[in-house]
Amino acid sequence: MSTALHHAADDDLPAWSLPRDAGSAIALANPLPARVDREWALEGATGKGVRVCILDSGIEAEHPLVGEIASAVSIALDDEGRTLVEPDTIGDTCGHGTACASVVRGLASEAEIHSVRVLGSGFKGSGKVLVAGLRYAVDYGFDVINMSLSTTKREFGDVLHDLADTAYFKRTLIVASAHNMPVESFPWRFSSVVSVGSHEEGDSLVFYANPNPPVEFYARGVDVDIAWVGGAKIKATGNSFATPAISGIAALVLSKHPGLTPFQVKTVLSLIANNVAADGRG
Amino acid sequence: MAEDGRLQAAVAAGVLPSEESFAQLLRSIVVVARAIFGAKGSSVFLFDEDTDELVFAAVASDEEQELVGRRMPSSQGIAGWVLSSRTPLVLEDVRSDPRWARSFAEGTGYVPEGLMAVPLLYDEEVLGVLQVLDRPQRSTFSLREMELLGLFANQAAIALSLLLSARRAREELAGDGEAAAVAAVAGAVERLEGPKREAGLALLDALARVLS
Repeated sequence: MSTALHHAADDDLPAWSLPRDAGSAIALANPLPARVDREWALEGATGKGVRVCILDSGIEAEHPLVGEIASAVSIALDDEGRTLVEPDTIGDTCGHGTACASVVRGLASEAEIHSVRVLGSGFKGSGKVLVAGLRYAVDYGFDVINMSLSTTKREFGDVLHDLADTAYFKRTLIVASAHNMPVESFPWRFSSVVSVGSHEEGDSLVFYANPNPPVEFYARGVDVDIAWVGGAKIKATGNSFATPAISGIAALVLSKHPGLTPFQVKTVLSLIANNVAADGRG
Repeated sequence: MAEDGRLQAAVAAGVLPSEESFAQLLRSIVVVARAIFGAKGSSVFLFDEDTDELVFAAVASDEEQELVGRRMPSSQGIAGWVLSSRTPLVLEDVRSDPRWARSFAEGTGYVPEGLMAVPLLYDEEVLGVLQVLDRPQRSTFSLREMELLGLFANQAAIALSLLLSARRAREELAGDGEAAAVAAVAGAVERLEGPKREAGLALLDALARVLS
């Protein structure tokens, strides 16, 4: 066992330093090539083995555009504010979670899709349920968490910031919808998440890196064909639907290159964005 | 100081906009929203924190005024999702969702093909949801329309917030004899005209000097 591995595995010592000549012990199993392009990042990828969490209104089981759901839970709080996680027998209370799941499925056909329902049990307390749901999802260790929603409550800003940072260091990529109204909302503005706005083009694999954040990427968000409750298929517009496009593309990258950190995935997304890649196609 | 603040609030309440102004503003919001987008309909739901419900507060068309005042659970349907997620949405072909179509038909007697829904956000509060129904179909939806909807909703939310504050101030003062009397005097003077108004203001001025 190398020094570095021994160091990292020693629970009594924090892994805050790297001994001399131990760099090889933490080398990527599948190192990035000199040129990162779409062929390297995406070609042949299906999302297989990547666990994508849809933190939303639930997902309708057996929808043809979504297919199999790996798990579904609902989040609630008891009278003392403790988190209750129960199997979700309701499904989708609105249609929105099903819609997001279908966008991910349309890109990453073999990704594991998990539903964590945080909406649909009344508006009161919905901010606390959102925080509890995100905490559950981060603790669970999903590879990607899709958040096509946000809160404007400042009291939740700090705790969401902490959760976003925790996810970032635990290799959980949070992909969050940017708000396109003149209000402050969370968690999309945090740099530890990937924030997504919409572009008007019709290709779900086309996306742009924004040189002027806080919105970091623009993905397809106009007239998107999505699943809806009742087995329906409709067209929809909004950053809500651009966000799962980036979640799906991130799932493709992670299925082909497992183990990348959120920083590395964001770097790969930047390098293959249509306005960044040398050939203009990513 | 607290007493001063309460009485000042009472004076303010005496000249605050009325419930009638509130209804006029809500109606104006939906009429203007419908006009901006050339849509067939528009409606506003307000969030009632006490009951955790959405209240159908205004609708643009004359035929559907009887719907005003209807209530539904705060997390139901599109409006409920938009309220909870604070995120705008545009949906087309919604008739293909039978559950959605039924709930809409039961509520309004009218099933739209498409809708835009946007939260009414003021500061960190969400006051309700504005919906625009059946805007003209175009080959491609424009993100500028989405941003226009957001800007208009922001303006509407600011105006609504002011009137909601006024409504709360009036409710606070209701039943409080001392403060209500001051509010009533302020309101009465506000409504006077001509020499009577001048006399009323002089009387208040004299009263202020005697009591100060």
